[in-house]
This record gives sequence, structure tokens and C-alpha cells, in this order.
Amino acid sequence: MKVMLAGFIAALVIAALAPPVLNQFGWSSAEQYKSESVRLD
Amino acid sequence: MNFKLLGAAVFALATLISNPVWAQDAQSVDRSATGGAQTLEDIMARQKQLEVDDSFRSENLGNPADAPPISGPLGTQGGSSVADDYRAIRYNKADASTQVRGPAADVMIQDGGMSWLKLREGPVITYGGSAILGMIILLTIFYFVRGKMRIEGGPAGTTIERFKAIERFGHWLLAGSFIALALTGLLTLMGRSFLIPIIGHEAFSPLAIGSKWLHNNIAWAFMLGLVLTFVMWVAHNIPNKLDWQWLKAGGGIVGNAHPSAKKFNAGQKIVFWTVMILGVSVSWSGLSLLFPFEFLMFADTFAIINSILGTDLPTVLAPHEEMQLGNIWHSIVAFVMMVAIIAHIYIGSVGMEGAFEAMGNGQVDVEWARQHHDLWVEEVQAKQGKGESS
Repeated sequence: MKVMLAGFIAALVIAALAPPVLNQFGWSSAEQYKSESVRLD
Repeated sequence: MNFKLLGAAVFALATLISNPVWAQDAQSVDRSATGGAQTLEDIMARQKQLEVDDSFRSENLGNPADAPPISGPLGTQGGSSVADDYRAIRYNKADASTQVRGPAADVMIQDGGMSWLKLREGPVITYGGSAILGMIILLTIFYFVRGKMRIEGGPAGTTIERFKAIERFGHWLLAGSFIALALTGLLTLMGRSFLIPIIGHEAFSPLAIGSKWLHNNIAWAFMLGLVLTFVMWVAHNIPNKLDWQWLKAGGGIVGNAHPSAKKFNAGQKIVFWTVMILGVSVSWSGLSLLFPFEFLMFADTFAIINSILGTDLPTVLAPHEEMQLGNIWHSIVAFVMMVAIIAHIYIGSVGMEGAFEAMGNGQVDVEWARQHHDLWVEEVQAKQGKGESS
């Protein structure tokens, strides 16, 4: 049962770590389309 | 490849996702009275959801050769009128430019969205939800008819290691994330229809936002679990002649036979390959939804299907249509997986005595193992006799 709990907790930890890790690679969709990236010239 | 089987699968899918009414064509309309513009018959045909040939509008985008001279009265807009320009926008044929950065920003109108919404809110929810409920009802009936599968003669009292800790970790990483994905996915798909009327918009909003966050991010755990379990178990899941004998004997689920099996029996192999194949498909379509317009795959897939089956699926799709198809496909595959996994959960818990321990603490009763995986027990005992680990 400990391993089962470890699996569940690991899934949640991965979920929590995913956004900052993806952001490191510039893979955040929020980052990609934010207004600063729009050039009006 | 079994083309008949593939054709049947595509036909079944097409039947599932298409509204029979759509297959009917509207009768040809005489538009001379409106100078070629749409008529009341066109509008009424669309209201009846009949297939209307829109080429009289989509192809009517003006002609530069018809442009009056620049010196003419009121000048000229060129060969197209304002109505022509709006039609070009409407049918995504306008030569648009935009300051907005990002993929598909120059698509101003894409009316596939309504078909997608109707499909998503209609058949996908209806058939998908019915399949899940149907499986639960079927298993409940089966449980009361067949009863729990007991260890014949009772447990031996001694145990044997069925799965190592790393195998169980991979399984529960995959299972835990799948359950979270299934619940949050169902909430995202059906919440508007079923939860908002009960709990209201205010209560549903944080639930939906939380579900979206969890669904998007726990997907990585699911993909990691998929890779882990594939690497650990693929060698044990290669189909062989033994599987056919197991299936012919009903796997012992129907009847009281105990057909021979190695580490995984045919039923478990079916679950394994279902999870792997559909898991890859649901992951890939999920990635295409996570990173919009980055993984456009349906036009290419349709081209391959057309070349094999001679079908006439569209091979030119707007970026938004790719996303809409990705969303529908993601839902359909997820529903099939959920139905299969509900059956898997049943047999691994209440359906069979001694089965849960295999993934619970990794130790199973020797008698249970002999009855369900006799050849595996022999292999393990032979290895232990030689001083090797299982």
C-alpha cells in the first residue's frame, strides 16, 4: 500500500513541477502568447 | 493488415460521430431570382440541417477582371465588392494580415466550431457517458450472477512475490494519474451540462479551473507511467499460442476452468495493449491540445487513410479544425480507455479473491498464483531453485 501511495503522490508532485519546468524550456503557452511578444511596428 | 476489420472500425467511428441528418443533401435551388445570392430555400434547408452546397457563396468572391476603371464614378474597390470581401472572410479565403502573433491568427471565421460543439455536447457526451454507465451496470449484473471468483480450495497461506516495488510504483503512477485525468476530463466535458444546473456557475468555476490545471499537468505523470510500464512489461505481453487457449477457455472468468498462463494471461495482455495503444493516442492528441496548433496531425492522417481505403476524408483543414478534431478524438479514445479500465478495476478488486494483493503489497497467495498463472509460478520456482531472483 505504501508503494500505491508513493505512486499517487509522485503523480501529484510531477503535476506541481510541470509548469515551472516547462517554463524553463519556453513551453508555457501563457508565456508564448503574452502581449509583450506582439510587435506593433 | 485486415482491411475488412479496419474498414469496419472506421465505419463504426464514422457512424458514431456523424449525425444521420447530415448525410442528406438539400435539393438543388434555382437562385436566378436573387441574382445568384442565397434564397429562402437555402436558409430553410440549413435550418433543417440539410447539406447545402455553399459553393454559390464560397466561390463568389469577385473577379479583378470585372473592376471598373479607376477614373469611373465613385472610384473602385477593385474587382470585388464589400459583400465579396465579407464572403472571403467568411470562407477563410481572404488574404488577411494581422499584427497578432501566434499560429492561426489570420483565420477570422471558422464555422467548423458549431459542428464541433454540437458533436461534443451531443453524441460524445451521450454515447461516452452511456458506455461508462453501461459497463458499470454490466459488471454489477455479472457480479451478482457469477459472484466473486474465489481461490478454489482456499488460500495456501504462503505467498509469492508477484510484482516488485518498481513495477507497482509504475502501475500506480499510471493508475493514479489516469483516474485523476478521467475524473477531471469528465468534469470538463460534462460539467456544463450536469453540474452547473445543480451547483451553479459560482461553485462550478473554481472546480473547472482546478480540473483544467490538474488535467493539463498530471498528464505528464500519466505519460511517464505509460513509458515505465511499457518498458517493464512489454516482454511479458507478447501474444503467443497459449493466449488463444486461455481465451477459448473463457479465461476462467466464465466457467470454472483454470487455463494455463505465464506472468500475464490473454486478458491482461488485452488490457496492456489497449492501455499502451490508446494511451499513446490519447497522449499525442492531449499534447496537441496542450500546445495549440503545434501538432497538426489529422490532415496527414486522413491523407493516409484515403490512400489505403480510397475514402474521401478532407486533407485540407483549417488549424482550428485540427484542434477540434483533436479534442473529439481525445474524448473518444479516453472513453474507450475508461470503459476498459473500469472492467480492469473490477477484476482486480471485488471481482476476484486475492487479485488486489498483487498490486497492493506485491505478494500473492501461492494457490491463487497456481490457479491463474501456473506457468509463471513454475518459472519463478525454477529460478529460485537456481538461486536467481524473480
